[in-house]
Amino acid sequence: MKILGLFNYWMVILLMLVGLYMVIASSNLVKKIVGLNLFQASVFILYISLGKILGGTAPIFLKNAPDTVYSNPLPHVLILTAIVVGVAMTSLGLALIIRIRKAYGTIEEDEILEIENKQQ
Amino acid sequence: MQSHFLVLLVAIPLIAAPVCVLIKSRALVWALVSVVSGICFLLSVKLLILVSTSETALTYAIGFWDAPVGIQYRLDMVAAIVAFIVSLIAFIVALYSRVSLKDEIKAEKIPLFYSAYLLCLTGLLGITVTGDAFNLFVFMEISSLASYALISMGKNRAALISSFRYLIMGTIGATFLLIGIGLMYAHTGTLNMTDLAQRLPALLGKQSVQVSLAFIVIGLAIKSALFPVHIWLPGAYTHAPISVSAFLAGTATKVSIYALIRFLFTVFDQTYAVSKAHLGPAFIILAVVAMLFGSILALKQDNLKRMLAYSSIAQIGYLFLGIGLFSVSGLSATITHIFNHAIIKTTLFLVLGCMIYKLGHAQLSQLNGIGKRMPWTTAAFVIAGLSLIGVPLTAGFTSKWALVSATLEQEYLILTALIMFTSLLAIVYIWRVVEAAYFKEHETKTTTVKEAPLALLIPLWMLVILNIYFGIDTTINIEFARQAADSLFGS
Amino acid sequence: MNHHIVLRVVAKLLIPSILLFALYTQFHGDYGPGGGFQAGVIYTAAFILHTLVFGLENTKKIISPTLVQVLSAVGVILYASVGFASIFLGGNFLEYGALIPSALPHAANPGGQHLGILLVELGVGITVSSVILSIFYNFAAEDDSDIEADGIPNEKGKHE
Repeated sequence: MKILGLFNYWMVILLMLVGLYMVIASSNLVKKIVGLNLFQASVFILYISLGKILGGTAPIFLKNAPDTVYSNPLPHVLILTAIVVGVAMTSLGLALIIRIRKAYGTIEEDEILEIENKQQ
Repeated sequence: MQSHFLVLLVAIPLIAAPVCVLIKSRALVWALVSVVSGICFLLSVKLLILVSTSETALTYAIGFWDAPVGIQYRLDMVAAIVAFIVSLIAFIVALYSRVSLKDEIKAEKIPLFYSAYLLCLTGLLGITVTGDAFNLFVFMEISSLASYALISMGKNRAALISSFRYLIMGTIGATFLLIGIGLMYAHTGTLNMTDLAQRLPALLGKQSVQVSLAFIVIGLAIKSALFPVHIWLPGAYTHAPISVSAFLAGTATKVSIYALIRFLFTVFDQTYAVSKAHLGPAFIILAVVAMLFGSILALKQDNLKRMLAYSSIAQIGYLFLGIGLFSVSGLSATITHIFNHAIIKTTLFLVLGCMIYKLGHAQLSQLNGIGKRMPWTTAAFVIAGLSLIGVPLTAGFTSKWALVSATLEQEYLILTALIMFTSLLAIVYIWRVVEAAYFKEHETKTTTVKEAPLALLIPLWMLVILNIYFGIDTTINIEFARQAADSLFGS
Repeated sequence: MNHHIVLRVVAKLLIPSILLFALYTQFHGDYGPGGGFQAGVIYTAAFILHTLVFGLENTKKIISPTLVQVLSAVGVILYASVGFASIFLGGNFLEYGALIPSALPHAANPGGQHLGILLVELGVGITVSSVILSIFYNFAAEDDSDIEADGIPNEKGKHE
């Protein structure tokens, strides 16, 4: 049962590997960005799992219940920052892809390499 | 006010960056950026003096929330040296960029360019002053995202694909760092570096703490372009606008190496990194390959920007070699070389900037006879080149000397020989340029070319003079570096 | 889109309530879940809905790309100014307690703490909503018909 109990961590590892594989293996630039997003999403889940306490409620202070268990809000706040960084990365990446499409007429990396090699 | 200097170093460029977007006049934006980076430089000088005279590191609690609860800024000797060199380079490149950007970037994009430039500076200075592991990640991403945007503004369309490659590699590196920090937090419940340093030694037996070290080292190695994960660097430096190449070559990779030093020596125990994780031999082997690979490929390049980029890979090898020795003198050699190489490589890139401004290119095969046409520019290249090789009385000599004596101290004679050998290779690739510039008959194409304007030459020669100055007065790059290494090992 | 009367009526109903909900999320952020990030994104969602139903040109008439760019800078400046203001009023950077004079120590000064977090989150909200909107504008405006001067369209590009 211990293995099933760590279900979220197994998903983290799975997503991480799928994401990294997509970044490395696909030659389409948009797919690379998608892979990178999956990879980052896995880290988000890792952090969110770290902050969750079993039976813990949302970390909003309750005056009349002194022994309430709260989840740890810090990792959630941290990962909010990392998500924003991820959004910035994604939009910058997509903007670059649009300009690459305009400049080269393709978004396949191997075709871009071919064009570059021809020029040299 | 003096107590706030630490945060002002980061906050002033941060608030100036959005102001740039609001200003439409190019001259005004440039003036603002020059003033802001100048203020940062003065602040960093003052901070360096304060750190060198005080016994302990300077600290600052953001929002008056004390560590470990709040974010603490902490400046010790090594951080002060890196902050000094980053703001110095930023200041000089900002002065230089007004004229050199004219041909490279559309006029309406200039305010946005400078906004990204200041954000990049904010991030790099933030990494050096922060004492919080997660804050370091955030600043690293600020500087990286800004630098992807800066690189993509290059004239050539290849700048776009280079920037994209850097974005992919850089994001993977930063995410690795994020995983490492998360795993450390899971075990210790703190993100403050001093606090982590106290709690980690008891937990070093845990597998996930060991894995977190691995993630952090690999993530930062990608960011600092160590040999097998350097592939983003040549393209990025070759196709970026020349001011960006000069700025990033001098600062970005150096700051990543600073972050690595911070994690290996302050957060983790260096004895652990050596005896259990065996990082020493790994770094030394990769460093040696980087030194040979970078120098040999630099020999083959016709595009001088690309030649300097490969030379940078070799120099990053030297930096990792110093860390890999895991001795006080090795580490202090690395810090010395961080300082010197930033000055040397920025000078060389600025020389290319002058050539590109006048000739429209920096192809070695078309530079014949340039020494007579642009005497000041070429002379600057020769002096910076001598400094890169490590000739006495130049800054480069001090770092080569420190590195050689560090390898001799541990009797790694083969490493000493390799440092000598790669310096010989550096002589060869610098000589190719000198030969073309002075000893080959000039072609008709270059006969009409005159010397670069003073607006480019003055910042360039400021750096050239610093190259010689720091070869003679070695207070900062030898003595302070030694003190920094001592205190890192003592902690 | 003129003939999609249902969409237009529903959008007109939805947009004000989305904006209102965003403002609630923004200003209730220091008592309950919420804050600048979330509010900024919700606020922009209303504009994106407007674009989808009424077209990009009409939305640009309401809030022009130039204004969006200015606002994205203003938010950051507001955030950083709070930090500088607290230094000038005798506290540390971003020490909210120093913003309103009080006999209490800074950390226990409720007025200052509320004002500080309100202004900072307002800055975050303005920047996030305008940055997301400017990303949307830039991506929505793109058409791949024009190829830049230095670009050479390859065979594949020609066939499309």
